[in-house]
Amino acid sequence: MTKRQRIVVVGHGMVGHRFAQAAVERGLTETHDVLVIGEEPRAAYDRVALTSWFGSGSDALSLLPGGEYDNPRVRLVLDSVVTEIDRVARTVTVVSPPSAVDDLLANPGAVTVHEYDVLVLATGAAPFVPPVEGRGKDGCFVYRTIEDLEAIRAASAAATSGVVIGGGLLGLEAANALVQLGLDTHVVEMAPRLMPVQLDGAAGATLVRHIERLGVSVHTGMVTEAILGTHSAGGSSVTGLRLRQAGTEEGAPTQVVDAQVVVFSAGIRPRDALARECDLEVAPRGGVLVDEQCRTADPHVFAIGECAAPGGTMYGLVAPGYAMAEVVVDALLDGPGAFTGADMSTKLKLLGIDVASFGDAFATTDGALELTYADAVAGVYKKLVVSDDGRRLLGGILVGDASAYGVLRPMVSSGLALPDNPEQLILPASSGVQLGMPDEAQVCSCNDVTKADILHAVTEQGCETVADVKQCTRAGSTCGSCVATVKNVIEDHFASVGKVVDKGLCEHFRLTRQELFDVVAVHGYRRFDDIVAAHGTGRGCDVCKPAIASILASQTSTHILEPATAELQDTNDAYLANIQRNGTYSVVPRIPGGEITPDKLIVIGEVARDYGLYTKITGGQRIDLFGARMEQLPEIWRRLVEAGFESGHAYGKSLRTVKSCVGSTWCRFGVQDSVGLAIALELRYRGLRSPHKLKGGVSGCARECAEARGKDFGVIATEKGWNLYVGGNGGATPAHAKLLAGDLSTETLVSYLDRFLMYYVRTADRLQRTSTWIDQLDGGLDRVRSVVVDDSLGLGAELEAEMARHVGGYEDEWRATLEDPSKLARFVTFVNAPDTPDPSIAFTTERDQIQPIAPARIPVGAPA
Amino acid sequence: MTAVAVSLTPVCAVDAVPLEGGVAALVDGSAVAVFRSFDGEVFALSNVDPFSGASVLSRGIVGSRGDAPVVSSPMYKQAFDLRTGACLDDATVRVTTYDVAVVDGVVHVGPTREVA
Ligand code: SRM
Ligand SMILES: Cc1cc2nc3c(=O)[nH]c(=O)nc-3n(C[C@H](O)[C@H](O)[C@H](O)COP(=O)(O)OP(=O)(O)OC[C@H]3O[C@@H](n4cnc5c(N)ncnc54)[C@H](O)[C@@H]3O)c2cc1C
Ligand code: SF4
Ligand code: FES
Repeated sequence: MTKRQRIVVVGHGMVGHRFAQAAVERGLTETHDVLVIGEEPRAAYDRVALTSWFGSGSDALSLLPGGEYDNPRVRLVLDSVVTEIDRVARTVTVVSPPSAVDDLLANPGAVTVHEYDVLVLATGAAPFVPPVEGRGKDGCFVYRTIEDLEAIRAASAAATSGVVIGGGLLGLEAANALVQLGLDTHVVEMAPRLMPVQLDGAAGATLVRHIERLGVSVHTGMVTEAILGTHSAGGSSVTGLRLRQAGTEEGAPTQVVDAQVVVFSAGIRPRDALARECDLEVAPRGGVLVDEQCRTADPHVFAIGECAAPGGTMYGLVAPGYAMAEVVVDALLDGPGAFTGADMSTKLKLLGIDVASFGDAFATTDGALELTYADAVAGVYKKLVVSDDGRRLLGGILVGDASAYGVLRPMVSSGLALPDNPEQLILPASSGVQLGMPDEAQVCSCNDVTKADILHAVTEQGCETVADVKQCTRAGSTCGSCVATVKNVIEDHFASVGKVVDKGLCEHFRLTRQELFDVVAVHGYRRFDDIVAAHGTGRGCDVCKPAIASILASQTSTHILEPATAELQDTNDAYLANIQRNGTYSVVPRIPGGEITPDKLIVIGEVARDYGLYTKITGGQRIDLFGARMEQLPEIWRRLVEAGFESGHAYGKSLRTVKSCVGSTWCRFGVQDSVGLAIALELRYRGLRSPHKLKGGVSGCARECAEARGKDFGVIATEKGWNLYVGGNGGATPAHAKLLAGDLSTETLVSYLDRFLMYYVRTADRLQRTSTWIDQLDGGLDRVRSVVVDDSLGLGAELEAEMARHVGGYEDEWRATLEDPSKLARFVTFVNAPDTPDPSIAFTTERDQIQPIAPARIPVGAPA
Repeated sequence: MTAVAVSLTPVCAVDAVPLEGGVAALVDGSAVAVFRSFDGEVFALSNVDPFSGASVLSRGIVGSRGDAPVVSSPMYKQAFDLRTGACLDDATVRVTTYDVAVVDGVVHVGPTREVA
């Protein structure tokens, strides 16, 4: 057996992370150990979506929410910098602060040396700060990391105006952030137009008009001479910028722009210093020089992502970096993968404006022709670059309306012949021709997913929605710009096979659950018969009846076993207990938050003993009693209700448990009373009928002992209050909950939760957990946040009022059943022999408790 | 007064069987599920769910599939035609059906029925 090899990865950014993921997925970790060393204090995050940090915080951006890889062969050390590479000894030197290392490396807070067999440089790039006078003043920033954004936000609190130096892609992104922070925003660009790398003059001018309309002042063709400001003992501060026309000499007239915040965004430079220092060759314009396998001249050293320059070119986008990561994993598995260049097409939404540039956007190909369409009023500019014979599309630029991007860009890469009137492709939609995309067209460039891959997922893997395809292929999971195209591909496919994707509930209703919910609310229906008569056909089934029962329960708070709804209930709801394989039932009393007194524990023990029930602690912090015959249920409930218990709704598509950790009352780390909150939330939402079951969790600190982020709603205590996470679950397709809002007071938390849960109850599909519901909403989590936190639909008060009605109308379903002889009547096994137990139920004993004996299987009565 | 065949066993008042619901009865030692469809027609099938072996069919949801009145098993949800006992999700499976009659407001269950 050969010795395990050790891979050291320098840098845990987007590409370093993808490398580690690919190493696990492709089985490289079976022969190699991977040590990833990252300089930033947190695990890799989605830098592409950096600006959304202002709205949703760090957790939502994380690419590795737990901060650790599941696979024990991959170790991650953060907050640590590789300072030196010794290529002869094959070691790297790492400097870590004490906090970063405690249990991972033996030598806290010191310099450690690690051997490697393979070294992968994934150190990314750093913003370039031009040597402008005054650039070191407090108030000057770059835009690359979460820490940069934190600093910008802090400085903006006391500022009124800000300037971004650089009008490229990232500069405009930064300007967007300053606008969001409420600053009077300026952009200074040396070139005569914005986004000079991607746009031509006319496109740049169109973009300027859009951006100025948003209140951003654009200064193109200007250079920054100096950053003005003051110096004092306590530090320095910025007061403004001195600008001069590009191309003029020093001494020429200048202009001053007031600003307290300056963000440099004048390009990036590969972080190749480590490589230079160990004598690896770098490209003339920076970047570690590597071959098609991303290998340097030293066969043990690779470079990937923005720090690398395959064939001499560095790529400042994430997709080429991901491709390089895959290529290196492939190379280490002796595969044939090669990186041969990348599509540098860009499409983005800048301050809400569509901008796209792809292929030979500047018509540099010999004989290339340009077709342009411009509508100054609407602010739309579109240009196509076509080959001299007019047969092939070479590239293009779109500003103001980039809806054609999804069709056009793949045409460039696949060489599909242009239609006879190519101008139709950029004319406004009404006159446009509908053009098919070839199968090999790459739809998602971030993750290299082609149309064929998506179709495969749809036809072979049962995907029906964007969310399904995202999960199967990763398409759309990075920058999101391809989502609309992914959706079209899916819909076109279904249309082409003549299949209307039927969202109807079942053969009896063409309506979706959400539509039914609204229909019931609008008409005030209370009976299935009225609903099916007006909106359905037939007599219903085990799909639509429970769905309607749930909708009626959510809207009315009447007991689910009332005559109008009793026969609609799903198996378990129908008897307020969970059916077991032999026809007996389990009984789960509510134990809010998992807290229980010894006296109550004793009662549960006594009941279990007296009825001979199998007893088990559940995965939900409570106790399940199994093996009760149907006619025993009321007696068992009576004993429990008398002792102060109520139904735990283990049977309902409704709130199950709110799991708690012990929290600040006992735990030395706890910062809030997590048990108290868990109990309050469980009691508030108990009995709420919902599209699927709901679970919650509350942890007393970030150690997260309650696994709150594995729940539909999870709350984690902070020094200042509570962080609210939504959309988590375990089960068949686990999902981690994502941060909805942070540092909330208990009151705000409850109002957000009321809104969130009611919005879910109203709009989710049948049997859709919160995570899939959020994924399928147009806009996903941002949509939820805008409805719940920003109240963008003005629904907040209504949703809260509906929840208040639910809370006010709650009654224990067991107690209410015990008090109503007509409901109790159904709990007999045989109508004509109420005292005879079901003779087919039998038990054996295992580990001192009962276990069902499988009923003797009767021969099925198939016709002879 | 209507003549009642001797082999019919009175089981319960017809009102004791919920519309679009079922009850179980013990008839000559066998568990029989008695259902009423929406229009009040009464059916009797073996109460035993052939897929799980548990005696539970009477607790299933009654509705329709196409034109057939059906009950779906509470255990694994297969649908059975109330008229014939045929499983609509697995053509090889059928549950026993019983003769049934309502006489003077009382449900009577008879011998197992032969289905062609
Ligand atoms: C009893 C228990 C297992 C145990 O012995 O610990 C259990 C038992 C059942 N689970 Fe569970 N689940 C139990 C905790 C869990 C957990 C763990 C948790 O809650 O922390 C999970 C994963 C977490 C989650 O839901 O996100 C879990 C994921 C499921 C799923 C998959 C849901 C999904 O989204 O994929 C189902 C199926 C379903 O609901 O459709 C399910 C369904 C069921 C049902 C209700 C199936 C049924 O209809 O017969 C089981 C019968 C319960 C009974 O007879 O009392 N159970 N189940 C646990 C009861 C917890 C409680 O106190 O209420
Ligand atoms: C605001 C913004 C918007 C963007 N938008 C887009 C977009 O829309 N589309 C797109 O394709 N790209 C976009 N990008 C670019 C994209 O983020 C990068 O291409 C991508 O992050 C590159 O990944 P990487 O792993 O090579 O570098 P990084 O993600 O920068 O990761 C490198 C990591 O290595 C660490 N590191 C460096 N040196 C050391 C050392 N000596 N020891 C230890 N660790 C070290 C760094 O701290 C860093 O964490 C955007 C970038 C920004 C900043
Ligand atoms: S999550 Fe924090 S407060 Fe709760 S038990 Fe764990 S360490 Fe203690
Ligand atoms: S193109 Fe970025 S996620 Fe698909």
